Amino acid sequence: MVKHSYSFFLGCVIPNRLPQIEAATRLIAPKLDIELVEMKGASCCPAPGVIKSFDKATWLSITARNLALAEENGLDILVLCNGCYGTLIAGVDDLKDEETRKRVNKILKGTGHQFKGTITAKHLVEVLYNDIGKDAIEETVENPIDARFAIHIGCHLLKPSDIRPWGVVEDFTLVDELVETVGGTVVDYKLKDMCCGAGGGLRSAELEVSLDMVREKLEAMKEAKIDAMVNVCNFCHLQFDLGQMQVNKHFGTDYQIPVLYYTQLLGLAQGFTPKQMGLDKHFISVAPFLEKIGMSV
Amino acid sequence: MTIVIDRRVINGSKIDSELAEDMTKAGLDRIRSCIQCGTCTGSCPAGRRTAYRTRQLIRKALLGLREEVLSDPNLWLCSTCGTCTERCPRKIDVTEAILYLRNLSCEAGYMRPEHQGVSHKLIETGHAVPIDDEKWSKLREELGLDPLPPTVHSYPKAVKEIQHIIKKTGFDKLVNYKESKKDGET
Repeated sequence: MVKHSYSFFLGCVIPNRLPQIEAATRLIAPKLDIELVEMKGASCCPAPGVIKSFDKATWLSITARNLALAEENGLDILVLCNGCYGTLIAGVDDLKDEETRKRVNKILKGTGHQFKGTITAKHLVEVLYNDIGKDAIEETVENPIDARFAIHIGCHLLKPSDIRPWGVVEDFTLVDELVETVGGTVVDYKLKDMCCGAGGGLRSAELEVSLDMVREKLEAMKEAKIDAMVNVCNFCHLQFDLGQMQVNKHFGTDYQIPVLYYTQLLGLAQGFTPKQMGLDKHFISVAPFLEKIGMSV
Repeated sequence: MTIVIDRRVINGSKIDSELAEDMTKAGLDRIRSCIQCGTCTGSCPAGRRTAYRTRQLIRKALLGLREEVLSDPNLWLCSTCGTCTERCPRKIDVTEAILYLRNLSCEAGYMRPEHQGVSHKLIETGHAVPIDDEKWSKLREELGLDPLPPTVHSYPKAVKEIQHIIKKTGFDKLVNYKESKKDGET
C-alpha cells in the first residue's frame, strides 16, 4: 500500500485547548497508512476571522511562512480546522499571483523562509475521502458505531467555493458518507448548513450573538433526537462543546448533546478506547452516547 | 391626519467617493455592480438576530459614507460564513468586502479591546490561542502528547520570525502593542 505523507498543521486551538483531537488523529493515522510529518515552528494560521479582519498584509505574510514550512518538507498540508484550512487555501490562491508572492517574500526576508508556491493544503475530509477512500477506511473498522448522528460541516470547509475542490456548496454529503462508513446513521435536521457562530471574531468580542447562533443549531439537533453530533472543525467543536455549556448557563437551557470530532469517532470504530480518544476530557458528557453503543469512559 | 415622513439628508461633506474606488483597487471590482437586492442580508445568520444589515453597509460604502461605515459596531457582527458571497447574483465577494472594511476600520482606530488582546497574544507567542496556563500542558501529557506541541511553542526562534514579520508590516502599531520588559526577555 502506498504511504500517504502530509505536513501536519496543528494551528492553535487543537494543540493548546483540544489536544484530544490531536491525540485521536495521531492514533488513527497509521491505520490508514497516513504519515504525519511535523511542521516545526508553525504558528497560528493566522485566523481568517480575526487577524485577516485586522490587517490582510500581516495575515498573508504569516500564512506564507506556514506554507513555506510545508514546502520545506516537500509535502502538501493536512489540516484539521476549517478556519486554518480557509486561511491556508486562500493563501495558496493569493500567492499564485507572482507580484503578490514577490511582495510577501520580501516581508519574509530575514525569517529564512520563502514560499515558491509548490504545495497546497488539504482538509482532513479531502484526505480521507479522496486520497484514502471510503473502502480503505471501512477496512480499518473493527467496531461499527450504530448510533444516530447530526453532522455539522462548518463554513470554511465549503466557502468560498471557487477555491475549494468540492464542486458543490449546498447538499455536501462527504462528511455524512464518512460517518456512514463507520456504521453511523446520519439524521437530517433543520439548519444543517448554518454557521456555528464562532468565527469572524464573534466568540472573542460578541459572545452573546455567537452563543445565540449555536443555541439555534443545538435546538434543531435536539429536535432530531440524535445520540451525538459530529464535526470536522475544532473551532466548531469548541463552540458546540464548551459553547453548549455557556449556552445552558446564559439562556437557562439544558442541552446535553455529546460532541465528537470525526477522528475521535473513527478511532472508536477502529477499536481505540474512549479514553485514548480523549472523550473523558469533554465539557459536555459523552457518557450517554457511549452507553448507547455499549462502551463507557 | 398628516403623515410625516422624515427625509434623510446626507451632508455632502461627509461623502468620500474614494472609498468605492479604494475597494475596486483592492480587487473588489464587482462591488459597483451591486443592485441592492438584499440576498446578502436575507442569507445572513448574524443579521437574523442583530441589527447587522450587509446590504445597508455595502450601500453606505458605495455612497462614500466612510466614517459612518468604519465606526459602525455592526461591521463586527459578521461571522465570515460566506453564504452571502455564494448567493450574490452579481458575484460580488461580499465577505471579502466586509473584511476589507474591517481592515480600514482598524486603521481608523476602531478596534475592540478583545481583538487587540488576541493580536497581542499572536505577537508574544506566535499563537492567537497559546498555552498560557500549565493546565493545558498537563492535559496534553494526560493524552500521551508532549507537554508542548512542535509549533512556535517549542521553537523560540520561530516566535522571533513571527515578530520580525509583524514589525515589517507594522501590525504591532496597528493593534497598539507595547513591548513590556518582561515580554522582551522571553
